[in-house]
Amino acid sequence: MSTNSASITTPSAPFGDRVRRGIDRVAGGVDAVGFGWLLPIVRLIAGASPREQLVELRQRVAIPLLGITLFLAAWALLAPTVQTSLGAIPGPAAVWEQLGEVRADHVREREKEVAFHERQEARNSKLVAEGRADKVKVRDYTGKPTYVDQIFTSLKTVMLGFIIATMIAIPIGVASGLSRTFNGAINPLVQIFKPVSPLAWLPIVTMIVSAAYSSPIAGFPKALVISAVTVTLCSLWPTLINTALGVASVDKDLMNVGRVLRLPTWKTITRIVMPSAMPLIFTGLRLSLGVGWMVLIAAEMLAQNPGLGKFVWDEFQNGSSDSLARIMLAVITIGLIGFLLDRIMFALQKAFTFSANR
Amino acid sequence: MSNLQTRRECATDRAVFGTMPCRGRHLSRVRNTGMQRQMLGIGFFGAVFAIGLTSVTAMAAGTEMLDVEKDELTFGFIKLTDMAPLAVAYENGYFEDEGLYVTLEPQANWKVLLDGVITGQLDGAHMLAGQPLAATIGYGTEAHIVTPFSMDLNGNGITVSNAVWELMKPGIPKDDDGRPVHPISAEALKPVVESYASQGKPFNMGMVFPVSTHNYELRYWLAAGGLNPGFYSPSDTSGQIDADVLLSVTPPPQMPATLEAGTILGYCVGEPWNQAAVQKGIGVPVITDYELWKNNPEKVFGLTKAFTEENPETTKAIVKALIRAAMWLDENDNANRMEAVEMLARSEYVGADAEIIAASMTGTFEYEKGDVRDVPDFNVFFRHDATYPFYSDAIWYLTQMRRWGQIAEHRPDSWYEETARSVYLPEIYLEAAALLVGEGYASADDFPLDSDGYREPTSEFIDGIKWDGKTPNAYLESLEIGLKEASPMAGS
Repeated sequence: MSTNSASITTPSAPFGDRVRRGIDRVAGGVDAVGFGWLLPIVRLIAGASPREQLVELRQRVAIPLLGITLFLAAWALLAPTVQTSLGAIPGPAAVWEQLGEVRADHVREREKEVAFHERQEARNSKLVAEGRADKVKVRDYTGKPTYVDQIFTSLKTVMLGFIIATMIAIPIGVASGLSRTFNGAINPLVQIFKPVSPLAWLPIVTMIVSAAYSSPIAGFPKALVISAVTVTLCSLWPTLINTALGVASVDKDLMNVGRVLRLPTWKTITRIVMPSAMPLIFTGLRLSLGVGWMVLIAAEMLAQNPGLGKFVWDEFQNGSSDSLARIMLAVITIGLIGFLLDRIMFALQKAFTFSANR
Repeated sequence: MSNLQTRRECATDRAVFGTMPCRGRHLSRVRNTGMQRQMLGIGFFGAVFAIGLTSVTAMAAGTEMLDVEKDELTFGFIKLTDMAPLAVAYENGYFEDEGLYVTLEPQANWKVLLDGVITGQLDGAHMLAGQPLAATIGYGTEAHIVTPFSMDLNGNGITVSNAVWELMKPGIPKDDDGRPVHPISAEALKPVVESYASQGKPFNMGMVFPVSTHNYELRYWLAAGGLNPGFYSPSDTSGQIDADVLLSVTPPPQMPATLEAGTILGYCVGEPWNQAAVQKGIGVPVITDYELWKNNPEKVFGLTKAFTEENPETTKAIVKALIRAAMWLDENDNANRMEAVEMLARSEYVGADAEIIAASMTGTFEYEKGDVRDVPDFNVFFRHDATYPFYSDAIWYLTQMRRWGQIAEHRPDSWYEETARSVYLPEIYLEAAALLVGEGYASADDFPLDSDGYREPTSEFIDGIKWDGKTPNAYLESLEIGLKEASPMAGS
């Protein structure tokens, strides 16, 4: 919670008072999801003292904005000076233009899909009218996935990989934290497999998934599962290690209380261990999601899962003069999504853990 | 027998097209032909076409969709401009008209594409003309792949790096305007290769696949200029035995990059990679395959034999849609080509800049930067019977496989014919064509109905050597560089 919310209340407004108290209450949550920079603005509107809020505003809004502007200016100036075989490196303007192009492609593809369904409807109703209802066919649209579809595919894949990783890592981590023997047994394995890059896992994963997952479930094609499993293999280590650490560092007094009350193991874990270890577990989850998102892009490029990684790879292979700008657009999109995912995890962490401030 | 069949065709033609002079046309054909085999061939194919026509006229009027067995299909392609018939058939709704719901999937390289068709992940694909043949005879992964549709003629070029071009240029005769005279023979390359050899440097060139049309065209060009492109042997599949020029495989999208890096000094590939090289200033195309062999077969649409047997109606429907697409592409003297270019420039098809694609698809071709020549038939999709899968085309590729040692032993002429007949299926093509004629999308004149499956013998090669599909072994003997009947095994 922001400490300088102890704003000098102007004498006139009990309503304004209530508003300010309301803002203070939600400040913590809003901050957690990354919109903390809005708070000084809202407070200014609600009539708080300008001087304090302007200081806040400078720190939270003006300075980051300045940083971003300087970066964009540097990019716009330096980019045209580097010539590659695909043309000069695109500046921010070209990338912005590609955002428009990508959006136009998406709209066009959706229109084609609507037209396709209309044609299918017309064909089917004609068949029914002619009395040949048995020949009616309803099929899905077979167009290419648009940029927006690709973003959602990437998110779906990373979520799948992350959930599988969490379901494997947390139980093993808890066991490892509670039992020194177990920890000793798995530690060397963890240390060896932790540094392995996703590109090295990919051929093995491809072979295994192709053999074991021969009849794909709808919505989860092979390429998606391969990418998800690769994400799992690379992102389960931070969660595992942090969980083990969190569990091992539960306050001894709390454990003793549990022993005094003769709590069964299950209750010990759920009532004492997990709540104490939550901060570290969440740290691990955040790190895992970050690593998973990074790994995903590489895995998609190689496994040809139709997500953002494949978008980058296809643009590179096409080698058109728009390609570099589109690749940069994809880079920025990947960064923004990664930031969003991190913020969501941070917000969840704030919601589910007890910290010294609460 | 032939008389009876021609009379049946006569009757059908008259029934469908109204007044069609029967007597003079068909019977004079019987009178003029000599060879027994030709008459049998004509009779057979004519009968197939006639049966197709009668079945169509017997049906209700209007386009009746075939009863396809499998309607959700996935086709693979490589990002080259000659995948155009597939893109056009999809975008113009020809596949949908046939009741087919097609997904077009670009593949990373020719090997992945071939494996996709063999394993069934892809129902069919845009393939090199040599791929179905090589797979069926067991060179590489063995599988019985067949093709009922030839996708295009011509469309390739050989590009060399700027450095090599500078060395070649002095040796090329110039015309009155000072421009190099085309076609440029590999004799102009010979002194360059020799100078590299004397400096101990290898002369590397790239092509896209060991059984690709590009490999055989590049080898033909080099051999016609007196350079040895290397041989294959059962134990050494690099194709570089005794080679003056070392050829290796590079996927098409990576060719300009490897040329720029100096890993290869030239390549033979389809469009847009030759025009891309000249427009980006990293290489110079020296010859197109149109000048190497006028109207040579290039890509085919390949399917597994099992697919065509299990899904005959679907196969016919696919061929119908593709024929319509090919006709659209060549319609009205290439009037629709610009629209096709816009289509191909989209990132899901070829994705290259529209200007680069248009540089080769709209009737011209750029050699040296600024040197744009008229080459109206650089890409031919329907003219000159481009879509008919001729046995002679298959046999030419088989002779080239034998010439360079991919087929290790000498084979009799009959083997070539049998292999061609088991892979190329003009019967299916003609049934599809008949259906299209019946539905009014095409006329009977558009198709070479009276062909026995062999093109006329031709000498329109860069070195003028005559090619007759019926005598492959005699052809092999007439080629200077290459394995002959009496040759020892390459590399031994």
